[in-house]
Amino acid sequence: MATSSVRSCRQYLLHLAQDNLDFRLPEIKALLALRGKPFIPDEKFKEKSPFWCLDGLSEEDIRSIMARSVCAKSAFELWGHGQTHSELRASLLSYQSENMSPFMHKDSTYRINIYTFNKTLEFTDRIKRIDALDYLPFEGTVNLKSPQHIFCLLEDYGTDPNNIPEHPNSVYFGRWLADGQRELIHSHSVKNRHFIGNTSMDAGLSFIMANHAKVKENDLVFDPFVGTGSLLVACSHFGAYVCGTDIDYNTIHGRGRSSRKNQKWRGPDENIKANLRQYGTEKTFLDVMVSDSSKSVWREAALFDAIITDPPYGIRESTRRTGSHKDITKPPDESHIPVSQAYHLSDIFTDLLNFSAHHLVMGGRLVYWLPVYRPEYCEEMVPLNPCFQLISNCEQTLSSHTSRRLITMEKIKEPEELDSLTHLADPRFSPYQGHNAFREKYFSGLNKRRGKEDNKLDFNDVSC
Amino acid sequence: MKLLTHNMLTSHVKGVTKGYPLLIKATEVKVNEVEFNPQFVSRMIPKLEWSALVQAAEELGHRQDLPGELVADYETNEEFLKKVHRILLEVEVLEGCLQCPESGREFPISRGIPNMLLNEDEA
Repeated sequence: MATSSVRSCRQYLLHLAQDNLDFRLPEIKALLALRGKPFIPDEKFKEKSPFWCLDGLSEEDIRSIMARSVCAKSAFELWGHGQTHSELRASLLSYQSENMSPFMHKDSTYRINIYTFNKTLEFTDRIKRIDALDYLPFEGTVNLKSPQHIFCLLEDYGTDPNNIPEHPNSVYFGRWLADGQRELIHSHSVKNRHFIGNTSMDAGLSFIMANHAKVKENDLVFDPFVGTGSLLVACSHFGAYVCGTDIDYNTIHGRGRSSRKNQKWRGPDENIKANLRQYGTEKTFLDVMVSDSSKSVWREAALFDAIITDPPYGIRESTRRTGSHKDITKPPDESHIPVSQAYHLSDIFTDLLNFSAHHLVMGGRLVYWLPVYRPEYCEEMVPLNPCFQLISNCEQTLSSHTSRRLITMEKIKEPEELDSLTHLADPRFSPYQGHNAFREKYFSGLNKRRGKEDNKLDFNDVSC
Repeated sequence: MKLLTHNMLTSHVKGVTKGYPLLIKATEVKVNEVEFNPQFVSRMIPKLEWSALVQAAEELGHRQDLPGELVADYETNEEFLKKVHRILLEVEVLEGCLQCPESGREFPISRGIPNMLLNEDEA
């Protein structure tokens, strides 16, 4: 039997964008977790597919996900599906008519959209498909401009653009509920932001990070490597109050050289607070400070609901921390940056996990990027801490030999005195080994490839 | 720098054990109008060290009628929440410094931004 008999619970269809594939499932799961709901896909679920059918949810759950998700394009109340159009028809005919009638009565208006993934249809074929749905009890009138109800027939022609089948692999029909927040990728684009730097996080990824961190309204969020505040912009958009620190005095004060091509120096409206003002979330700006993240300035308490950050990789911005070098005498002045030691990459993450264990609320999340030298990467390299459970590890490839991984950890236990030293004793908690020389490996890879390829390795180029 | 932030900061000068709360020596203070959000204020109250908040408000001359002890059932007391909102988010130190109560070390605040960096020999 291809289709089930009368279904008692609603199913919902998510149509997802085909980029940042690794990041989608953790995003949807995190947004469902905010509602206390589990992720229950149907038995045909394929993570890489643009179409996901979900069980065990309410329409409110779906609307809440779509109000936050940047990975999901649209959501539908699923009325029927199948591998062929005749299976779809059987499925639709078994959908209870009392679930259909509120949206099809004679005083209502509607339109039907046809969406084909991985295939372009001629106009006449679209019309044919709409006409073929005449077995459904539509009683209202068609209104293409502003219908009360929108229905969609979706066809999946697979994920191989070089091998498009004649008939779709799957077809779905449902009532459109909501679109996702992909518009934020454009409205909050770094290209139009008042204040940017070399390492400003791309808008789409910033919002994905805020979602992975389960940021919610009235949370208190902290970024210890805040830079130009891209992550704070995303979190404040979802209603969290935000603060950050950075060791770089000029970036925090919005001074110094501009990162824009045609501009030499930063203007007066270029600082993190101005970015929040640009998007109307200034009221959630708490403070930014000049501070060294390896030397915490916060009192010992569970202060933050989430910690979201993009620590330096040592490539475009250097890794630094304050420390003593003998024989340096410098007169103190306002922007004096104390002499910096190289801050080994593995120490950054050990410190970050330890700091987060002490300052996150129970159940709070730490979300951060871990730069990876791909030829040597293995899962054991992801730093662990006994106070945290690893939730997700999503790779974004940057080049053939480098990538960065978005790590999400959730605090499950309060720290005890010896926890910060556990990594020394237990090999499972070893810090991020072999990556202290990430910077050298990154550049040595570039040198080897010069002459073979002419593409520039620029983090900005790989953002979506 | 807002007083919500100040309430969470501590001195990290090497060897100091009683570095909280930092004393505030303000030369320029501003009061902004920030949209009142009672849910946020209620959520922040359990994170606060109340006496340090009152002390900071006093130092800035902005205590007004903020009570010395936390009021019971504050979640529903809108009048109280408005007072807390004002002191946490609307009073801002633009210029001045924060001072470690034990070592006396000063951390400057300029344009509302504290600089908490220690020098090489203090780290």
